Amino acid sequence: MKRLRFNQQEIVFAVFAVLFLAFSIFLRGFLTPENMLTLLQNVAVLGILGLAMAIVVIGRGIDISLIAALAVPPGLVLQMVQNGHSLPASLLTAVLLTIAFGLVNGWLIAYAEVPSLFATLATGLLLAGLGQAALFQLDVVQWSDGMKGFERLGQGTILGIPTSIVMFAIACVVVAFLLRQTRWGAYIYAIGDNPYAARVTGIPSRPIIVLQYVVAALIGCFAGLVMAASVNSMPTRVFNSTLIYDVILVVVLGGIGLSGGRGGVLNVIIGTLLIGTMLNGMTIMDISYAGQNLVKGVVLLLAVITDSFLNPRNEETAQQGDI
Amino acid sequence: MKYAVRTAKVIAAALGLAAIAAPALAQQGLDEPFQKPFKESLAGKTVAYVPVAMNFDLTEGWYAGMKKELEPFGVKFEIRDPNWNTNAGAQAVTSLISEKPAVMVIHNPDVQTYAKLLQRAENEGIYVIQINMGSAYRSSAFVGANWIEIGEKDTEAVVKACQGKSNKIAVVQGALSAAASAYTLKGVENVLAKHPEIKVVSSQAADWDAAKAKAITQTVLKQNPDLCGIVGFWDGMDIGTAAAVKEAGLTGKVFVATSGGGERKGACELVKSGAFDLNLSYDVPTQAAQMAGTIKWLLSSGAKAGSIKGSEYTTLIPITKENADSQTACWNLSDLKK
Repeated sequence: MKRLRFNQQEIVFAVFAVLFLAFSIFLRGFLTPENMLTLLQNVAVLGILGLAMAIVVIGRGIDISLIAALAVPPGLVLQMVQNGHSLPASLLTAVLLTIAFGLVNGWLIAYAEVPSLFATLATGLLLAGLGQAALFQLDVVQWSDGMKGFERLGQGTILGIPTSIVMFAIACVVVAFLLRQTRWGAYIYAIGDNPYAARVTGIPSRPIIVLQYVVAALIGCFAGLVMAASVNSMPTRVFNSTLIYDVILVVVLGGIGLSGGRGGVLNVIIGTLLIGTMLNGMTIMDISYAGQNLVKGVVLLLAVITDSFLNPRNEETAQQGDI
Repeated sequence: MKYAVRTAKVIAAALGLAAIAAPALAQQGLDEPFQKPFKESLAGKTVAYVPVAMNFDLTEGWYAGMKKELEPFGVKFEIRDPNWNTNAGAQAVTSLISEKPAVMVIHNPDVQTYAKLLQRAENEGIYVIQINMGSAYRSSAFVGANWIEIGEKDTEAVVKACQGKSNKIAVVQGALSAAASAYTLKGVENVLAKHPEIKVVSSQAADWDAAKAKAITQTVLKQNPDLCGIVGFWDGMDIGTAAAVKEAGLTGKVFVATSGGGERKGACELVKSGAFDLNLSYDVPTQAAQMAGTIKWLLSSGAKAGSIKGSEYTTLIPITKENADSQTACWNLSDLKK
């Protein structure tokens, strides 16, 4: 007899659907095309970051330094332009810095074999500290005249759709292509599923791990540029915020297990949609800050509890590092 | 009578002496008796500065301004930068108490955390100057903005701009734990109590975060496209608020009032571009000069720490389109650092 079973992705999708339906019925002004676009726009940057995190998590790692990659290289672009450098030169410098940062992360994890949690915790602090101490004059790096035109990356619309949503969509397509259509993507899944087996079968696992962190850092930098363009400044202090937890939340909630090897872009989209719907609905209802945290906590707990109830842990597949 | 004559003679003699002596003195120069003790009371003294974090316009501006005023007198400056971490700040204050600087300049993260520590510091003979955000303990001096006044003035401006319009406004608060945000909100409430016709459609905390402020404002504007004004609590965060207004194509239609330290890029430039309609500036260089003046006065007074207590609330500069172009309305950090 076949029992009805749900996986986390379906549960989260169900929670999302219920919430969405409830808001649509009971909340005036929720189910309008404009509000739907706003909803997506507000979580676009979070979604892009979620994609970066997904790549790393699927390869059985975690990248805590993502927010540093979001804040520092884009901040550097704004600062350099403010100091009179040209936009292309500043962008190039930032991209090189990001790649170097990803390489350091990857080297530490793949070759020095430092656990990813600790390696990226340390490198994130290092990069954020470097930014504060040496690169930026102020915490909030302001837009300057030399950046003119670049704000279109995060503001305005393309064919009626806010640009940041388009950017999220582009990032989704690119990452989906990388993960599903290329050999490297397949390798990432293989390494995440079983790193030892992957190595035995001849997959160049160390270079692939380095690649993951470089790609994640680059996506993080891209998210930062979209964010800076959208608020006309780079508040580099975002590194001290709890944004990284939201990113991990999007990924895990969407159903990408922290034990690696599972999930994909669709999971990130679902996780992002759930968070976006909750935030948007509560903002419309003008719920207090404490109330919002309470609701967020309860919904997430419910999703996780339901999941562990419907999908009890299997001793055979449980791995060290499972959360 | 005899006595009076004698007194008169003495006075005459004294005057005569003075008449002879005065030109001689003028040639030799006159010693001003108070400057030497003043210099001695400052030289070699340590001033410890504990802001909530360095690296933003306010704290950098205060530091640069105080340093410029006091270092020529041989005052030593020490910064303890807790980088937004309240615990680290409390530890810094605690360790400073045992190091006994002459003065502590304290920027409180909230009303309670440092209060007891600051009292202990003054009992130990350290002058405590609290800046911009005070604590529950009243120390020798407070130099800073009056947040309630800021809330009131910003709201009054928004209410005025709303006359004859929808009367719907939104409030974008800072972080809930911050005293500055709570005080400003009180100011907002004070004005709204007098204007029952105004409807607050949204009053949410954006954690001093521009991205959050933008997200909240976008949603609010979609629900209430006829919104007539927004009271924001800090210009660094309200860049996001203004970006949302601009994206909705409502610049000029929605009155955005905010406040900040008056740094040129963060204040005047944004008022000029139309992002903000009003930015109340607590002019950081003036505040820094007042802090330095207070330090000079306290050190040279010789008063016992905590025996005298006073406040210097900042006179606000309202920055609007009219004065945003002027040289004096805003300041540049780079100039202050020179």
